[in-house]
Amino acid sequence: MTDSTAVAPARRAAASGWLQAQLRNIAPFATLIVLVALFSALSPSFTTFDNFTNILSQISVTGIIAVGLTFVILCAEIDLSVASVANAVGIVIAYFTLQDPSVNIHNVPLPGAAAIVLGLVVSVLFGCATAIGMTVIGIPSFIMTLAMLQIGAGICAMLVRGQIAYNVPSLIHTLGAGSIGPVPWIVIIAALVLLIGHIVLTYTRFGRYIYMTGGNREAAEYSGINTKAIIASVMVIAAVCSGLAGMLGVARFGSAQQDEFGDFLLDSISAVVVGGTSLFGGQGGIGNTIVGLFVLGVLNNGLDHIRIDSFLKILIRGLILLLALIVNVYAQRMRTRAATTAAAS
Amino acid sequence: MEPNIPLLELVGIRKSFGGVAALTDVDFTLNAGEIHGLVGENGAGKSTLMKIIAGVHAEYQGTMRLAGKPVRFRSARDAKAAGIGMVHQELSIVRDLSVAENVLLGVQPLNRFGLVDYPKMTRIAGEQLQRLGIDVDPRLPAGALPLGLQQLIEIARVLFSGARIIILDEPTSALSPPEVERLFDLLRRVRDEGHSLVFISHFLDDILRVSDTITIFRNGRRIETAPVRRIDKRWIIERMIGAGHEELEESYTGEIQLHSRPDAKVVMTAEGLTRPGMFEDVSLDVRAGEVLGIYGFMGSGQLELARALFGKLGLARGRVLLDGRETHLVNTAAARRAGIAFVPESRRDMLFHMEPVFKNVSISILDRISRLWVRPNAERTIANKHVMSLQIRPPLVDRPLGTLSGGNQQKVALAKWLTFLPRVLLLSEPTRGMDVGAKDDVLKIVKSLRAEGIGVVVVSTEPETVLSLADRILVMKRGRIAREFADEVVSKDRLLAAA
Repeated sequence: MTDSTAVAPARRAAASGWLQAQLRNIAPFATLIVLVALFSALSPSFTTFDNFTNILSQISVTGIIAVGLTFVILCAEIDLSVASVANAVGIVIAYFTLQDPSVNIHNVPLPGAAAIVLGLVVSVLFGCATAIGMTVIGIPSFIMTLAMLQIGAGICAMLVRGQIAYNVPSLIHTLGAGSIGPVPWIVIIAALVLLIGHIVLTYTRFGRYIYMTGGNREAAEYSGINTKAIIASVMVIAAVCSGLAGMLGVARFGSAQQDEFGDFLLDSISAVVVGGTSLFGGQGGIGNTIVGLFVLGVLNNGLDHIRIDSFLKILIRGLILLLALIVNVYAQRMRTRAATTAAAS
Repeated sequence: MEPNIPLLELVGIRKSFGGVAALTDVDFTLNAGEIHGLVGENGAGKSTLMKIIAGVHAEYQGTMRLAGKPVRFRSARDAKAAGIGMVHQELSIVRDLSVAENVLLGVQPLNRFGLVDYPKMTRIAGEQLQRLGIDVDPRLPAGALPLGLQQLIEIARVLFSGARIIILDEPTSALSPPEVERLFDLLRRVRDEGHSLVFISHFLDDILRVSDTITIFRNGRRIETAPVRRIDKRWIIERMIGAGHEELEESYTGEIQLHSRPDAKVVMTAEGLTRPGMFEDVSLDVRAGEVLGIYGFMGSGQLELARALFGKLGLARGRVLLDGRETHLVNTAAARRAGIAFVPESRRDMLFHMEPVFKNVSISILDRISRLWVRPNAERTIANKHVMSLQIRPPLVDRPLGTLSGGNQQKVALAKWLTFLPRVLLLSEPTRGMDVGAKDDVLKIVKSLRAEGIGVVVVSTEPETVLSLADRILVMKRGRIAREFADEVVSKDRLLAAA
């Protein structure tokens, strides 16, 4: 057999292998384009600049949470406490802010800066508790963060006791609810957090260690990486992102109360996974999460524009998530197969 | 049954895997009421033969007769139904179930409501265990018992499921001497009840003590079968490794003069390292520019010892000194920072298949070439150098590692530590499964690292590996160092005799 005949099928195999390997990145992007085209055709009000800004601010809080969650999922772990931590931290800063006398909460008014610092400290404490539970005691992340979810909900309940607080520090109010020109501040913050997340994951040594730990934890350990430290750090990062999202979230919603972040757990996990980051760790990134955020944002927003039954909307979101999970698993399988067949030839 | 018909008879068995012959014209006879020991090196064919008997391998040539009648098992279930049971090295005890449930697994007695009749089950299991002389409360959870007892329970289960022939694969490797004693009592009792046992082991002393008959395998052939009263250890080892000229290829029988370097600087000292159940009270020195070989059978603790020296397994007792300073190997990161490198026996365990080659090479030195930001081009340069010098194919450092062939992946695994230049390099089974050419490459790499003054430790279950690489050899036996060979003549049979 001459060289050229041997090379041609090999090259074709390599090309199809590349396509298979990119499936996890292509599929979410194709989904996004299809959804945009669909809603543009169905509703003229969907394709307006105002609506675009609207979508951006709708996905901002989810986006900030999803950055932390991307770190966690890249390590092949999960954090179910993100929405609960966001809620708790949002309530903490309201608790330390002077409220209207009509609000019947025995709160402790502090200067705005002190409230914000306390909010961040509480986020870090949540992250540290999760990290210690997982790496020192050895509790699986699924169960550990489930417990933290409940603890966060408990702190919310204890602080507000069924009441609603309205005031937050003025800086947080500006960043969460204000705009600079036509652009809401919260969109800028979300974009910054996504950018920083992307830079850390792609260009730093720490980011590389995250991918390696998620890709093959055993191999990372045999390479002399302190995988426990890496996992502990990503849990703290996830909690801080959630805390930040919680502060800006209560400002955006205009109130701090129990159970107001209920949808954000599912939304942020969906955004990460729909975007194509592997639930098995080591594959994906912030780029994927951004696409996932837009898929969810466009879907939620677009369904409103075409006046679909709001109950059906919930079902549709569930089906989209299921579809994304199926693609996720198949992408993993095809990629592994592409790697092994190429090795065999 | 006529007394002269053997219980199990195999004639002219041939079996090959992908064109490589694993068994060639093997005849094997097992009589009723005997303990039959099987010995041979790894890959000699004894496990393959037992898997044919147990129905695991259904494709083979030759005939098998059970009590004079030809049989051909298509599955392990067939073999089990015919009364053949197997106890693997990895026990299949269900740890969370009680002893009674384990003994009667799959045949639990039911009461009239169709539910498991626990009192009856406990009673039956208790009687069975008592009859076999196993003194244990059948209500205890099986996982809480020591390994030796779990093994006896597994044998009880195999017997209870109706087995007439029981195959035991390396049953003594993880047992303490009293546990071995108790196991042998049970085996003799089972034999005296008329059952037949096949006992596969690397531990020749154990084989000699308990077997009635011994069969020796080498390179897929049955070499000899003899009653145990006529033979000794020396006789077995000669036949196992093939003295004389008949098997020139890999059976290494030559003698090697070891040259240790007692004057060289000691880079690593281990004192009284203990991890219960794996290794006990191990002390050793690793010297700069010397290759220390640690040999032992599977389960002797040397593979675990290497992991502990890399901080992958914790120590119960003992301490490790590097250049005379005590070093706490709390995790692998601490070990790497202290200058220790480790290549595990499974190269898959240390590579990232989805990541490009250069990231696989650079991962262990990332903190030296970058503080905060990664520098992919510097990584590529380093990786390229190794890809060229080790002739890794294809020479493309951006290809995902998973697309390389197995041999090339192994070279990448070694390349990882060539850039790292550790003080101490731990290699676990460095040449396992490699062809001659690849083995030679490893030999060259190890020699060049030794020349650079690195202390190299090679742990292996293959005597050839240790003999071809080491300057000084420790032999481990049941978790302890049994012998040291330094500045003397060694050969494979001496290593085997010491283990």
